[in-house]
Amino acid sequence: MAQLTCSGLSLGYERRVICAGLSFSVNEGDYLCIVGENGSGKTTLMKTILGLQKPLAGSIAFGDGLKAGEIGYLPQQTAAQKDFPATVWEVALSGCQARMGRRPFYSRQEKEETRRNLARMGMEGLAGRCYRDLSGGQQQRVLLARALCATRKLLLLDEPVSGLDPAVTAEMYALITRLNREEKVTIIMISHDPGAVQYASHVLHIGRELFFGTAQAYREKWENGDFDFMRGGSAL
Amino acid sequence: MIETLGMYFQFPFVRYALIVGVLIALCSSLLGVTLVLRRFSFIGDGLSHVAFGALAVAGILNLTDDMLFVLPVTVLAAVLLLRTGQNTKIKGDAAIAMISVSALAIGYLLMNLFSTSTNLSGDVCSTLFGSTSILTLTQGEVWLCAVLSIAVVALFILFYNKLFAVTFDEDFARASGTRVEAYNLLIAVVIAVIIVLAMNLVGSLLISALIIFPAMSAMRIFRSFRAVTLCSGVLSVVCALLGILISIVSGTPVGSTIVAVNMAAFLLCCGAARIQGGKA
Repeated sequence: MAQLTCSGLSLGYERRVICAGLSFSVNEGDYLCIVGENGSGKTTLMKTILGLQKPLAGSIAFGDGLKAGEIGYLPQQTAAQKDFPATVWEVALSGCQARMGRRPFYSRQEKEETRRNLARMGMEGLAGRCYRDLSGGQQQRVLLARALCATRKLLLLDEPVSGLDPAVTAEMYALITRLNREEKVTIIMISHDPGAVQYASHVLHIGRELFFGTAQAYREKWENGDFDFMRGGSAL
Repeated sequence: MIETLGMYFQFPFVRYALIVGVLIALCSSLLGVTLVLRRFSFIGDGLSHVAFGALAVAGILNLTDDMLFVLPVTVLAAVLLLRTGQNTKIKGDAAIAMISVSALAIGYLLMNLFSTSTNLSGDVCSTLFGSTSILTLTQGEVWLCAVLSIAVVALFILFYNKLFAVTFDEDFARASGTRVEAYNLLIAVVIAVIIVLAMNLVGSLLISALIIFPAMSAMRIFRSFRAVTLCSGVLSVVCALLGILISIVSGTPVGSTIVAVNMAAFLLCCGAARIQGGKA
């Protein structure tokens, strides 16, 4: 069974439907890239998968041993975080929150796991540094470590490379790909960067036209100019 | 000067004032860090005005114990205010401004219309600036204050890690199954309690200073959440102690003296941060 199955989803706020009739599934070890224009509902879809928002119609089912709370989430950064006084360690450790339930303090095992995840991101040497003093790429690595503390199976990444320069972007993609290939972490990534598709195994395109399939099929369709919006003359 | 202080400490009301002042300062500064970081600084201000309005109503109703009326009303206002922060038609800051001026105006209006007191402006002034009330506390009020303060500190320690998660990233916390709404509610209730307590100390106009200044000062110097929280608590307690002692010795109003000391501490911290930054 798939880890995540969405069938007949309609997304939107109140009565305004942004996107309707969305069906797709994600299996263990997949690398799904969700692309689409601004305002096509990418972030809304992510919030719906995370359970932060209810779908207008349709259903989301988790399977394959995955429960709703076991998703590691890499959100877009908020303005408040830019001057937040917290160390790298404090931020990463807060990812263990999900497993704690009502227990008020972190266990030794959770601290150990946080240390390991920071090391996976190459950030163990900076654990005592202040989060706001880091570069954009380093901040993303810390948030990725935090997301890994929350899950071992599925990562949801919301625009993980926005605001990063090209070299750091490539590094970030390489890091995410390594997590997927070597550690078999399922990845769902939102991006408005068409270049992100080359790393993915599957692509979901939402917007005026829906597409779900393997990255290979998406590329072929793209090269043949089979998308309606391409004929309309608007380039991505 | 030590002798003057020694003499004053013979009086129980001075000792009470000191105990209550320190406890309130500690509580408000702990919560202040969360409020400042979540851009909720003005909630303290808005709520204190609501508490002022409630106090006026309680005075008209001739209630024997003001607290019993003021506390629930302020808690209710806090819950409503925190809720408006989340996608409503009226945005958070405007809602707070509207509620706080309305409560202030209505409170003063009611006091003028129905007051039985001969010294109305004195009453209003002491509610707003807390000029004398901290020195007239009864033993019962000190106990109430002590118990509530200890409860606040205990809650804070118990939920420290959750508070950090909710403050740093509300969406992530919610996605990983933390009941963010419940914690927001808890924060709202605790803030309301602190504000009602702090009204005795500094009066309703100056409460936000107790909440905001220690956190801001600590954030100048320290770069981890834990250090900022600890420093904020210590700084607030020291400032409150100093402020109360100075006001006893030189006869200045307690509330404004404490705020002035906090302001000085903030400027010192800014200076320290600059020197620190210059070195690095």
